[in-house]
Amino acid sequence: MSPVAPLAGRAWLFGDDIDTDVMAPGLYFKAPLEEMARHCLEAVDPAFAAGVRPGDIIVAGRRFGLGSAREQAAMVLVQLGVGAVLAQSFGRIFYRNALNFGLPALFFPAAGEILAGQRLEVEPVAGLVRNLDTGREYRVNGIPAHLMDMVAAGGLVPFLRQRLSRPPAEQA
Amino acid sequence: MAEAGPGIAAGSTGRTLAQKIIARASGRSRVLPGEVVTCRADLVLLLDSGGPRRIWPRLRELGVGLHDAGRIVLVSDHFVPAVDAGSAAILRLTRDFAREFGIHRFFDMQGIGHVLLLERGLVQPGMFICGGDSHTSNAGAGAAYAMGLGAIEMTGVAVTGEIWVPVPETIRVDCSGRFARGVVAKDIMLQLCRELGMDNAFRAIEYGGTAVAAMPLAERAVLCNMAAELGAETGLVEADATTLAALQAAGQQPADDALAWRSDADARYLEVHALDVAALAPQVAAPHSPANSAPVTQFAGTAIDQAYIGSCMGAKLGDLRSVAEVLRGRQVAAGVRLLVAPASQQIWAAAAADGTLAALTAAGATLLPSGCGACAALGAGVLGEDEVCISSTNRNFRGRMGASSAQIYLGSPYTVAASAVAGRIADPRELLA
Repeated sequence: MSPVAPLAGRAWLFGDDIDTDVMAPGLYFKAPLEEMARHCLEAVDPAFAAGVRPGDIIVAGRRFGLGSAREQAAMVLVQLGVGAVLAQSFGRIFYRNALNFGLPALFFPAAGEILAGQRLEVEPVAGLVRNLDTGREYRVNGIPAHLMDMVAAGGLVPFLRQRLSRPPAEQA
Repeated sequence: MAEAGPGIAAGSTGRTLAQKIIARASGRSRVLPGEVVTCRADLVLLLDSGGPRRIWPRLRELGVGLHDAGRIVLVSDHFVPAVDAGSAAILRLTRDFAREFGIHRFFDMQGIGHVLLLERGLVQPGMFICGGDSHTSNAGAGAAYAMGLGAIEMTGVAVTGEIWVPVPETIRVDCSGRFARGVVAKDIMLQLCRELGMDNAFRAIEYGGTAVAAMPLAERAVLCNMAAELGAETGLVEADATTLAALQAAGQQPADDALAWRSDADARYLEVHALDVAALAPQVAAPHSPANSAPVTQFAGTAIDQAYIGSCMGAKLGDLRSVAEVLRGRQVAAGVRLLVAPASQQIWAAAAADGTLAALTAAGATLLPSGCGACAALGAGVLGEDEVCISSTNRNFRGRMGASSAQIYLGSPYTVAASAVAGRIADPRELLA
């Protein structure tokens, strides 16, 4: 499935200031990603890593992913199958990392109106969040235009592969 | 221009230092906040943590090499010295990478990368720097624009030499006055985390004023380093005689245009935040956020298990001397451990030569190797369940230094040292009086 295609999943709620240390704890830095993923966010929601299902959506408050540049914070969410992250605001490096791994990260001011477990539909390109349980629709800013090709390619590495394999004359 | 803020001339053409550097690095005559431009990196900082171990497999996958090995500075600082076979393997891979790609500026166990960049004079005013670590903003003390990025994006920088940059608004933090004894730049930052909050993405923080002008480069680096905790794109200080003198002291010649890297007098700031450092008390941030700060007196008496002096933030020569100043003639409290990890080998040597290290060990401190160590839960000094630590480092998120139930308080080196002596969080001004 393309990272920019519409997606649907259950909401997992998080508050403000979820930092990258609790997503990817330093104690598991040398462990395989699968093991680090089992400890993802356990300090704030011990049920998350075991309970999250592919396509589920994180809905968070302000500054989601603040702190360390560790890309594993975004990687473990992808590893766990998280479909998108909707937050009132993001830590700047996490935001970039998420998109670079093809994980849609959208600014979602109305995060506080979502309840845990509600089914959401997200259109990352159009910038639409639909609460399938209440029927409410929210317009949000979609993925920034200058990053759309990169996210659509599946992230930075596939994007670079496309770019580098193109003959130089085609590179605008 | 109805949105022009207070004190800012509508239609002002003045440019901030951040705008000037981004314009130069993107090949434009001028850039405006809100634009997204592509910049070429003058210096690319790779660390053992998110550097070769994460980038090399991607280079192989892409079948490409480095854009320009000459721009890279590679530092092993997170996993040093190896504590197990896993960290030894990472360090070996980092050495192999340096050899394979001909990276000459490779610092293997010489200290923490952010500290080394300034210590070795590798930062010229006006440089655009990309680094694979959130505290890359530290280099802004040298009047550079230094951007912290994740390893995946550093792969892109390593391959293409370029990066997309949102041109930030600039918040000017004007610091006036003279510090009271026992109060330092770290206290400014803990207070700013509370006052400016941690939600400053798409903003740069420029520090200035008479108190910053009087600071040595190492203290300016404290301000820029913790711009990361403010959530900002970066932190920076305009070039002046101190910037140039630091380059010369490191044996580097400042570029001809070095002093030109300053904001225009009529630069357009998003906001000017004034701070009188003479009125500033030592600050402490309580678990689990640097913004959770208050004057030290609010937390005085909280019992501690560990006091930690370390990291790119709080273990430079001046920091070690501050700790020694508190410890001379005193002892670390029974049942408390004071761990000190000097930030670089040069700092080790200087602190050994001037008697600082002897003062620390005489008081009962334990010296640890230079490196990121316990600050990132990677090296010696990791915290156990429910332990309480006061630390000179820059962040105190849950689990940051080890067990997720550990409680981390942040303070200046002075405050950490005073707390080590008292066995509980203590106001250093009482010991320095």
